[in-house]
Amino acid sequence: MSADATTGGAVTATGPAAAADTSRRGPGLAARLAARTGGGVLRVVLLLVALFWLLPTVGLLLSSLRSPTDITASGWWKVFTTPSQLTFSNYHTLLSNSAITDSLWNTVLITVPATLLVVVVGSLAGYAFAWMDFPGRDWWFMAVVALLVVPVQVALVPVAKLFGELGIFGDIIGVVLFHTAFGLPFAIFLLRNFFAEIPRELLEAARLDGAGELRLFVRVVMPLGGPAIASLGIFQFLWVWNDMLVALIFTNSDSQPITVALQQQVRQFGNNIDILAPGAFVSMVIPLAVFFAFQRQFVSGVMAGAVK
Amino acid sequence: MADASLPGAGGGAVGAAPVTPGPVKGPGGGPRRSIMGTPPWLAALFLLPALVLLGALVAYPIVYTIHRSLYDAGGSGFVGLKNFGTVFSDHGILTAVRNNAIWVVVAPTVATALGLVFAVLTERVRWGTAFKLVVFMPMAISMLAAGIIFRLVYDQDPSRGVANAVVVAVHDTFTSNAAYPGARPRPNSDLAPTAGGSYTSKSTASVGTSANLPLVGIPQNKLPAGAQQAKPAAPKPDAVTGTVWLDFRPGGTGKPGVIDPGEKALSGVKVQAVKNGKVVASAKSGKDGTYTLPSSAAGAQLRLPASNFAEKYNGINWLGPSLVTPSIIASYVWMWAGFAMVLIAAGLAGVPRELLEQARVDGANEWQVFRRITVPLLAPVLVVVMVTLMINVLKIFDLVYIIAPGQTQSNANVLALQLYLSSFGGGNDQGVGSAIGVILLLLVLPVMIVNIRRLRREGRR
Repeated sequence: MSADATTGGAVTATGPAAAADTSRRGPGLAARLAARTGGGVLRVVLLLVALFWLLPTVGLLLSSLRSPTDITASGWWKVFTTPSQLTFSNYHTLLSNSAITDSLWNTVLITVPATLLVVVVGSLAGYAFAWMDFPGRDWWFMAVVALLVVPVQVALVPVAKLFGELGIFGDIIGVVLFHTAFGLPFAIFLLRNFFAEIPRELLEAARLDGAGELRLFVRVVMPLGGPAIASLGIFQFLWVWNDMLVALIFTNSDSQPITVALQQQVRQFGNNIDILAPGAFVSMVIPLAVFFAFQRQFVSGVMAGAVK
Repeated sequence: MADASLPGAGGGAVGAAPVTPGPVKGPGGGPRRSIMGTPPWLAALFLLPALVLLGALVAYPIVYTIHRSLYDAGGSGFVGLKNFGTVFSDHGILTAVRNNAIWVVVAPTVATALGLVFAVLTERVRWGTAFKLVVFMPMAISMLAAGIIFRLVYDQDPSRGVANAVVVAVHDTFTSNAAYPGARPRPNSDLAPTAGGSYTSKSTASVGTSANLPLVGIPQNKLPAGAQQAKPAAPKPDAVTGTVWLDFRPGGTGKPGVIDPGEKALSGVKVQAVKNGKVVASAKSGKDGTYTLPSSAAGAQLRLPASNFAEKYNGINWLGPSLVTPSIIASYVWMWAGFAMVLIAAGLAGVPRELLEQARVDGANEWQVFRRITVPLLAPVLVVVMVTLMINVLKIFDLVYIIAPGQTQSNANVLALQLYLSSFGGGNDQGVGSAIGVILLLLVLPVMIVNIRRLRREGRR
């Protein structure tokens, strides 16, 4: 164990506690027993916390599986005593509602391009920052890092005006561009750092084989950047899929994603839970699937994105 | 951008692998020279799409917003800092400022504290990863979905909203008084209405005879399930006894004041013996409606206090004016405690086990180990988590917009919501909206500076 500065400091911190207990030689039988039973209590507590954490989502799922009459009459936990209440009819109604299915499709049309664009544009810039020479490179990169924490709210008014002048206010393309732009600082930061770690020899070898800059980027850098690109892609995908605010401003009734469509229903909350509950659940299915399938990459992205 | 400072980032997370390998060599550092003497125009070509997008949709808007914040609602008249004055003087916007302050202090602290506790505790159970998945999962869903989820949780009606269902169940367990709202004596009977909704007998009670207290006014089907047939109380020589019952038989064939077959007992009714305005004894009716007061009750008037007739307890008004912000913060903590937990767990994986073991061998108990070794070692991670959550909370919008009902939206207001309302939601004042945007930007400025400084430090290394 190499004692670095941090651990050294902590050892000093334990000093008083340890000194106070010099008379004791290790934990006694009582302490061991306490630890044993404490473990049992701990397990129960953690189990309860986990159930507590699951409860709200389970409530939504079970509510979405009950008829409107049942929902108004009683709570979702009644299905445990009367399982016959469970029905898919809300989902049938919801998925035959073209406003909802259209908005679901809009979510896909916004999310997929916004994710791909961030990956491509971010990789190009990340590679340039990592391996190309140009005047003021470090200053440009610093500017990108500065933009990491800029809140989207700052840009809403000006960009709405800009889109209006360009005639793309209300179009899906506007939302896609906005999400791409706000995803870029993180994308460039993440990918530049990752690309910079590619062994120089690899790139030189490819260069000797006669690869041009573009070919090098597509054939060597992008594949090697796979893990970082995956993290970025998943992070951005979830971010855009789950967005409501940006779409609320830049889309209209034809281009709105599912979040905006459901948001309008919330105003009459109470008499439309049969739309809201299954709608919310449908909107959650893809993000949850992505989350469970790519937890590793997601967690990496989240960690790299801390202090974003 | 914290990865480099996280000890062993990725090690203990939900099976995470670190993306950015180790501390990054900064600009100008060793190996990161162009390998092929790229001409600047090619570099420009690679950078162009990113720079155009960032310039047009991030950088230019910042400048425009700062400029716009100095103009009036219409955008033509220069007003200086008046819009900022409005933010800090307008009653509605001040609520947003105050709520934002509460959010920024409370939400990150609670989420980080919970994350720390979860991260430390899950290390000791074998299914820790499953636990982490469950707590981390809400991060993957939209704030809109989370908002809908919590609108359901916070439903005021205890028969629908799970939060109030639990609160009412707990409340009813600890207050054993059965409440019969609407129950009352027959007009002109011995029991007469008295102060505060109670009923008091005109006559005084005596030992050895039974003092019956008939009530009407509630339908039999509103009685608690399993209400029994009322029974006459047996007279006792040393006690005041009697029966509380619903003096009504379906079909209307019962005699007033008489316990007829088919008439149900009212159990759990509180009966007080009152002498000169003072309660000298009290009792509760049993399952068969009978009650027994000690002999000290002899000569006293019998009173049925108002608590017997209180409306049923309906739980907490979670989304009412006073609780709406804490309730929404709780839903935020539900979403983001997992984030704190995963980052802290990753940091925890980098804490040397030997150190903890050594402290335990030296006789430190678990709390001391946690307080004096684990937490100090995790301090850098905790700071990163707190700061990330603070930036995130600063911009909170969706949860408030979705969860707060129309009537209490103004009580739950936050800056990002006010910005939206001022600029797009009918407020019709993009000057004030822009001023709020500038304020949000100023609040993240310190973090921006720290990020740049860290970059330069890494560059020099």
